[in-house]
Amino acid sequence: MNSSAARLGLASCHTCSLVSRVESDDALCPRCGSRVHLRKPGAIGHCWAFLIAAMILYIPANTLPMMLTSSLFGSSDDTIISGVLFLWEDGSWYLALIVFFASILVPIGKMLALLVLLLSVQLPGVQLTPERRARLARTYRIIDSIGRWSMLDIYVVALLATVVQLTALASVRAGPAALAFGAVVVLTMLATESFDPRLIWDPVEEENGRRRAAA
Amino acid sequence: MNRAELLACPECDLLQSDSAMPRPRKALCARCGAILYQRHDLGLERTLALTVAALVLFTIANAFPIVSLELQGERTDATLVGAVSTLWSQNMQLVGLLVAFTAIAMPLLEIAALAWLLFPLRYGRKAPFFGDAYATLQFAQRLSLVDVFVLGALVSYVKLDHLAEVQAGAGLWAFAGLMLVMATIDSNFDPRDLWEQASAL
Repeated sequence: MNSSAARLGLASCHTCSLVSRVESDDALCPRCGSRVHLRKPGAIGHCWAFLIAAMILYIPANTLPMMLTSSLFGSSDDTIISGVLFLWEDGSWYLALIVFFASILVPIGKMLALLVLLLSVQLPGVQLTPERRARLARTYRIIDSIGRWSMLDIYVVALLATVVQLTALASVRAGPAALAFGAVVVLTMLATESFDPRLIWDPVEEENGRRRAAA
Repeated sequence: MNRAELLACPECDLLQSDSAMPRPRKALCARCGAILYQRHDLGLERTLALTVAALVLFTIANAFPIVSLELQGERTDATLVGAVSTLWSQNMQLVGLLVAFTAIAMPLLEIAALAWLLFPLRYGRKAPFFGDAYATLQFAQRLSLVDVFVLGALVSYVKLDHLAEVQAGAGLWAFAGLMLVMATIDSNFDPRDLWEQASAL
């Protein structure tokens, strides 16, 4: 047996993973009653929409200040990048690395990976070897599991602002980039969620089908 | 072919049959390597016990401060709810909601959904709205960011350490414990066990 479930008119339920026959667009899982689709409807369109919105908001997220600090010695506005640089120069290189990973590497990597995934399932004439497909599948699995870590900076700002705001010497406020960055995190999560990784493998089915027909 | 033995990979949709006997503990997709299932003996029993522990830790984590700062005899505490209300008062309502949603509401919903599903099952009953409750659990599991919050709290702690006298509060320890308990639940709980037990009733 070397076939996708969809080719046989079967689909695995997203909720309880029972495999059942799908006869119409509004089929329900016989076990748990969730809606069952052969493929997520509109996966590519939704994913593009969320991804483009995230890319646009990523610009203000990095150019506007994330954290506004004022103290007796003056005030400073920190963007995400200047925050990382400050930690680095301050000698907390391990923290700088963590924040760099969570706030810069993860969101950029995630957006690029989604771009590659979308293009490789959508561009006609893209020929992929099984190894490349497996690599794309692994990429999807990785961005799906590490995307959450980009929320890190939002939590840091929230806690710092709370603990420092009441002291007379200094105050920390969340800057406008916090809003933009929060939106980027949510949008990239939605983009990943709406993409259907099964699309990576569908061309393999078509090829197999053609080969069977020819034989 | 018995349909109950059919598995379709959630990531690449390859149809596979689960016919090996005895059934393995962990099965990977033959084509793309995604985890098809991962079972444990007593997985559900353990998950139920851990759910109770998670509820206790969640309560402590939210009731006590996460970090406290002492500056010239003045002491300020940051609880998680306090952090949300600070963001709210700084005109960052949406960011505040995002923090409240991912660090308070979703973890609580995850714990509640697990208890809803597993308590009745333990006594041989299927909870009402079983399917909806499981869908809710799946949703909450994806959006509960307790682990990320714990790392965020640690980063804040170290950042503040340069400024003044900081103390990690009971809230931080409870959150760290909650993170471990939730991770253990994730590795013990297989939905396949849940659905099989429930449909056998």
